[in-house]
Amino acid sequence: MTLESKVPSGPMDKRWSRHKFDLKLVAPANKRKHTILVVGTGLAGASAAATLAELGYNVQAFFYHDSPRRAHSIAAQGGINAAKNYQNDGDSVHRLFYDTVKGGDFRAREANVHRLAEVSVNIIDQCVAQGVPFARDYGGELANRSFGGAQVSRTFYARGQTGQQLLLGAYSSLMRQVDLGKVKLFPRREMLDLVVIDGVARGIVCRNLVTGEFESYAGDAVLLCTGGYGNVFYLSTNAKNCNVTAAWRAARRGAFFANPCFTQIHPTCIPQSGEHQSKLTLMSESLRNDGRVWVPLKKGDTRSPREIPEAERDYFLERRYPSFGNLVPRDVASRASKAVCDEGRGVGPTGLSVYLDFAASIERDGENTIRQKYGNLFQMYEKITDDNPYEVPMRIYPAVHYTMGGLWVDYNLESTVPGLFVLGEANFSDHGANRLGASALMQGLADGYFIVPYTLGSHIAGRTLAKVTTDHPAFADAVKASRDVTTRLLAVQGSRSVDSFHRELGMTLWNNCGMARNDAGLRSAREKIRELRDQFWSNVRVTGKGEELNQTLEHAGRVADYFEFAELLVIDATERQESCGGHFREEYQTEEGEAKRNDDKFQYVAAWEFAGVGEDPKLHKEPLTFEEVHPSQRSYK
Amino acid sequence: MSESINVTLKVWRQNGPGEAGRFETYPLENVSTHASFLEMLDILNEKLINTGKMPVAFDSDCREGICGSCGLMIDGQAHGPDRETATCQLHMRRFSDGDTITIEPWRARSFPILKDLVVDRSAFDRIIEAGGYNSINAGNAPDANAILIPKIDAEAAMDAAACIGCGACVAACKNASALLFVSAKVMHFARLPQGKPERETRVARMVAKMDEEGFGSCTNTTECEAACPKGISFSNIVSLRRESMRAQCSGRSTR
Ligand SMILES: Cc1cc2nc3c(=O)[nH]c(=O)nc-3n(C[C@H](O)[C@H](O)[C@H](O)COP(=O)(O)OP(=O)(O)OC[C@H]3O[C@@H](n4cnc5c(N)ncnc54)[C@H](O)[C@@H]3O)c2cc1C
Ligand code: FES
Repeated sequence: MTLESKVPSGPMDKRWSRHKFDLKLVAPANKRKHTILVVGTGLAGASAAATLAELGYNVQAFFYHDSPRRAHSIAAQGGINAAKNYQNDGDSVHRLFYDTVKGGDFRAREANVHRLAEVSVNIIDQCVAQGVPFARDYGGELANRSFGGAQVSRTFYARGQTGQQLLLGAYSSLMRQVDLGKVKLFPRREMLDLVVIDGVARGIVCRNLVTGEFESYAGDAVLLCTGGYGNVFYLSTNAKNCNVTAAWRAARRGAFFANPCFTQIHPTCIPQSGEHQSKLTLMSESLRNDGRVWVPLKKGDTRSPREIPEAERDYFLERRYPSFGNLVPRDVASRASKAVCDEGRGVGPTGLSVYLDFAASIERDGENTIRQKYGNLFQMYEKITDDNPYEVPMRIYPAVHYTMGGLWVDYNLESTVPGLFVLGEANFSDHGANRLGASALMQGLADGYFIVPYTLGSHIAGRTLAKVTTDHPAFADAVKASRDVTTRLLAVQGSRSVDSFHRELGMTLWNNCGMARNDAGLRSAREKIRELRDQFWSNVRVTGKGEELNQTLEHAGRVADYFEFAELLVIDATERQESCGGHFREEYQTEEGEAKRNDDKFQYVAAWEFAGVGEDPKLHKEPLTFEEVHPSQRSYK
Repeated sequence: MSESINVTLKVWRQNGPGEAGRFETYPLENVSTHASFLEMLDILNEKLINTGKMPVAFDSDCREGICGSCGLMIDGQAHGPDRETATCQLHMRRFSDGDTITIEPWRARSFPILKDLVVDRSAFDRIIEAGGYNSINAGNAPDANAILIPKIDAEAAMDAAACIGCGACVAACKNASALLFVSAKVMHFARLPQGKPERETRVARMVAKMDEEGFGSCTNTTECEAACPKGISFSNIVSLRRESMRAQCSGRSTR
């Protein structure tokens, strides 16, 4: 099978308009006849479900939360980018496009990124109309701030709760459609399988998390908006329940998984405090606008930070990257922090953290200004660490945060299974090997409000879709397959908890496939994952029954999928013998220790076809071409 | 400073909706004071699983106080002893060695218990469904700066919009009233120009829906405000009453 990206031809800035015109339309009366299954109600899912319902489709929305409003998108703090150029500081669609392609280290599809930059401006309009209370200036206009990896102020925000406000906006549009009878909600449902009939995605199987029943749903298209897989590392900034199950089960049914090794490690997270740690908390990147990152010049300096004089501090980001300073992209900042900690200059009880210091900006702008900008983040920090960041510098360390990899999709956001569309963090499309701050919210909403509502037409109007009901035997097969997994998990009755397996898997990945990776480590990780997987299936202990609310069983199913997926992640990292973005292979670096790409050999998307558990997956390559932004060694100096 | 403490937990256990529940007592030793309250429950569950018992079911997701999933009655206080703090943000350093901690689910007729500490809060979604939105379709919005909004109004809207829908206000109220939740949503929209076209119908429909869902009446005890992890002000309730009155007088409260 060859991968067809379906990227239209012609001038970059005309492609999306032209494509929209070329896409088949579905007549209003016909839309009513089609049922669309949307899995996930984060920014991507809620915006898609609401918009498709507005257009007239019948939508069914599934999610494992108790309410659509609780999707992990709610936790985004910092902001959302848009090329509005309200600040008159030289921003434009082209610049946002350029920054994103470059920030992604030339591993994203140019045409997708350009489209994203184009529709970014509509997103802000849409959100304001919904009542999203973005920050404003005294004159009543929208306020902006700058974010890592950009030299213009194009980030819109709502205090430190941008994700929450954007999601509440999308949720309100969704609930309006529920009110109008166009969307039906299915809360506390976990999608466990994709039903493919005659090669086309026609339904899903879910487990009802309250009753434990397996349920089948048929439709004319399936939209996966199920978020990222960062929690495969166990400790990450993601919400506890984020997982790869929906995407992975779709991959097992034929959807290719692209660039799984492109994971983002965020530089500013609260360091781990002990064994009990269940997740890590992000301190928004926006803090780097006013906070200065430093460590002591001397190794093993145990003085309290305020006792270390200026001359004995190393503001290593400002030193290494004078033009971007503390605002270098995430991958660059994370690696630099790791490097100083590896040298023995890290601070805190474990030596695994660096300071993020606000003293200078408090002196410059006053405590009040800083409180207005970051009050809730400072408060969050204090609650977790019991330290007051107005007085002592924050301590931060990198943590797994976002996954650029995801199911492969073409320009229409359709996967290699016709009729299966993938939106938001769950797809691989726009961020290449590294995502810039404030771009995930933009992408999720772009996909849901402005892209899939058009591109879905190519499937609905472009293919003949026979009527399918859940009586089709493919549903019974899928239900049986899902039930079998549950039965097997309950039958092991071993002696080790799901959580302990998950932690060990995460540790294995973090140590060998985290901020720095090398061939030997990756190979040993693959062996280790396979061993652990075998142990899991022979020794895991899942208490309770399948026919009830059973959170241990839910977790067990997710961890079982992580074990299969983790192997693919390290295979992809092994195969990609170059460093790019968040994927840093120690063998491939410049003399200054920066990531060194190999464009001759690796300027492609790696799309993996599942071949069976423990079998080598099959690699398909989608070559990437760059017409507008010419690949160069990224420099933030 | 990392210390550890020993605590005794009295936890509400209930197998399913409508079944009889009971308290069970679990001693828990050597809990790090750096652990969060939910991490402490994770440790308990790990212990229960290792002895072949059913772990305690409770909802949580973001564990940073923003998704509104978590929510426990801790020693009779919704979200526990700290002000403006969700259960997931509460840390064990707040407790002392030897404490007995009582943990219950939200208790309200409109939030039926599903299991142990997990309740069904879908009534909140149904209230939002009854008009908690602006009726606009994607694609027809004017430029975001076309309507200027005074900073003070935007901030006031944001104050109300900060509600995370956890249900602590209902749980803390002796009448299990949902008025703080409803007023926060109504006032978020009422303070913005974009919310004006449906201002009257929105408040009328949402309040009617709240009553229909069986939430109790507000008798101004302001326990809701004290329990709210986001500091949503009781003044929203006062404003909501004015909004309701305004809507009734306007003759525009029905669609
Ligand atoms: C702490 C934090 C802060 C962030 N801050 C920013 C920021 O400031 N700016 C920015 O641009 N990005 C930020 N991001 C990234 C951004 O928030 C996410 O990438 C984005 O919100 C993902 O949205 P989504 O709609 O793709 O998925 P999600 O919001 O994760 O939603 C996933 C949905 O899928 C459902 N689901 C998943 N699996 C299943 C299944 N098997 N069955 C049924 N339902 C399922 C869930 O219930 C949920 O509704 C941040 C991320 C984190 C972790
Ligand atoms: S778990 Fe999200 S608010 Fe507590």
